[in-house]
Amino acid sequence: MSAVTLDSAAAPPRRDPLRRLRRLGGSWLVNTCLVILAVFLVVALAAPWLAPQDPRFGALSETFADPGAAHWLGTDQGGHDTFSALIEGTRTSLFGPLAVVVFATVAGIAVGLFSAWRGGWVDAAIGRVLDILFAFPALLLAILAVALFGKGLTAPVLAMAVAYLPYTARLVRGLAAAEKSRPYIAAYRVQGHSPVFVSVRGLLPNITPTVLAQATVNFGYALLDLAALSFLGLGVQPPTPDWGSMINQGQSAVLQERPLSAIVPALAIVLVVVAFNVVGEHLADRVAGRDA
Amino acid sequence: MPAATRRSGGRGGRGPALALAALRRLAGMATTLLVTSFLVFSSLYLAPGDPVSFLVKGRSPSPQELDTIREQYGFNDPFPVRYWHWLEGVLQGDFGRSYLFHQGVGDVVWSRLPASLLLIGVSMLLIAVFGVGAGIVGALRRGTWADSTVLLMVTVGAAVPSFVAAILLRSVFGVQLGWFPTFGNGEGALDRLHHVVLPAIALSVTFTALVTRVTRTAMLDELRREHVEVALSRGIPRRSVIRRHVLRNALGPIVTVSALLVSGMLVSTALVETAFGMAGVGSLLVQAVSQQDFQVVQAIVLLVVAAFVLINALVDLLYPLIDPRVAAQGSAR
Repeated sequence: MSAVTLDSAAAPPRRDPLRRLRRLGGSWLVNTCLVILAVFLVVALAAPWLAPQDPRFGALSETFADPGAAHWLGTDQGGHDTFSALIEGTRTSLFGPLAVVVFATVAGIAVGLFSAWRGGWVDAAIGRVLDILFAFPALLLAILAVALFGKGLTAPVLAMAVAYLPYTARLVRGLAAAEKSRPYIAAYRVQGHSPVFVSVRGLLPNITPTVLAQATVNFGYALLDLAALSFLGLGVQPPTPDWGSMINQGQSAVLQERPLSAIVPALAIVLVVVAFNVVGEHLADRVAGRDA
Repeated sequence: MPAATRRSGGRGGRGPALALAALRRLAGMATTLLVTSFLVFSSLYLAPGDPVSFLVKGRSPSPQELDTIREQYGFNDPFPVRYWHWLEGVLQGDFGRSYLFHQGVGDVVWSRLPASLLLIGVSMLLIAVFGVGAGIVGALRRGTWADSTVLLMVTVGAAVPSFVAAILLRSVFGVQLGWFPTFGNGEGALDRLHHVVLPAIALSVTFTALVTRVTRTAMLDELRREHVEVALSRGIPRRSVIRRHVLRNALGPIVTVSALLVSGMLVSTALVETAFGMAGVGSLLVQAVSQQDFQVVQAIVLLVVAAFVLINALVDLLYPLIDPRVAAQGSAR
């Protein structure tokens, strides 16, 4: 490619995000968290084959069964197997936030790059709009979406993507504005490449690690928000298993001193979010350390 | 924002400059509120189907009620006129009528407000005391076991959603130990306070963790400053340096970041109030969404966003009191 033949001071070699990913590992804490996340991912993908029973059906004769050989983690008040619900619940609980983060990150990158590239009043106007969006907490926007479009996951996921967009967009805008003034971008432009080409091929690879770190942290928050929505009975609807709605269903069990069916999904949520936050912060530290 | 950099002290009064910055901030706030109200109003038209049938979905309203809706929303008027009428009503506290409660939306929300304010007030107190306290301990004992404990609590605390904290607290201190009631608002001042303890703790867990982290970082940033070293080397007692030079300077970022957490906290009242069966604005929102009382939803969404915008504008305006250097520079940023 012609861009590479430029003088190396003007065009620093592009940093390969995959190489960073390979060097992801860190302290034992970070490694443990990575293993935890990997396990949950595998469980989510293979859930239907891993769950010993179908968590959608419960036998009333087996209400509040104690943990044992038949039900590893007991059952809830409807006789649903808690262990199976936990396993199958990983799907909605993890793929929901994944969709939020993917939408928010892709759209955020687009808005941020556009804003930084155009500058001037366009940049200022986009900044004002993001400021206003920032005043809408994600969960509130998700609740409003449910009020408009009915219960379920699709509308809240899209609404939350909009709510998370400003965080990514602002980050990308700031990074891109700083990167824009560097010589390699000027080199690209002098060669007559289009703004889109320069942004995607030149700018984007250099800001990807930071954006990924932000996306990782966002994932944890999105998981909490979507679980909260299902806890309120406005998100994933039973009998589809979901951690948030398991906690909702388990509330009456708690009052009857059989809290296991609510506490198990609660622990799963906390574990996954802690893991995501630790990995996300580790990523952010590494990127900051290397790019500073 | 450029106003902050343009002015560079010099001659000319600082008072007018400060007033100008404040005015600009207020104008920005008014714009945000106006746009927000427009978004909340027009969200109705995003709903699938005809807005009138959406508003009365799941009910069989009397023709009189239908007329009231048509008139209130002015469905025959052009869109901007409709918005204007709605906004006029909202500014006078008229948010329409609730079908669930057969009352004005304003009255319904108003009657639920004290319980929520008590919950939020107690939580804010807990967050301020424990969040800032733990952050200070972490920063001053950096690298010791105390700091590690604080960091561990921050990491776990930030990941415990308020509804999980609510379930756990209810299970342990409500059901098993029986120290606190598990349901409702309570009657009379003392009983209300007794009822609000567990919900307030549940609401404050996440935000205490976040405030702790902000406080610890801000304190550490200040501790590294040269002026702190100078003060210490001049023999000023450490305690007084920390209080007057470190904490005082760290307070700015702490307050600014905490104000940004307010919106998340207001929404989380919906979770905590629902978990504890409290009748507050948050649980009203959930109830209104479940039972499709859309005007109540609109009113609460607007209220939450407005509260967030107002609080943050207030923090910006009062910032010179916390950090007089900002006032000296002649800007409210």
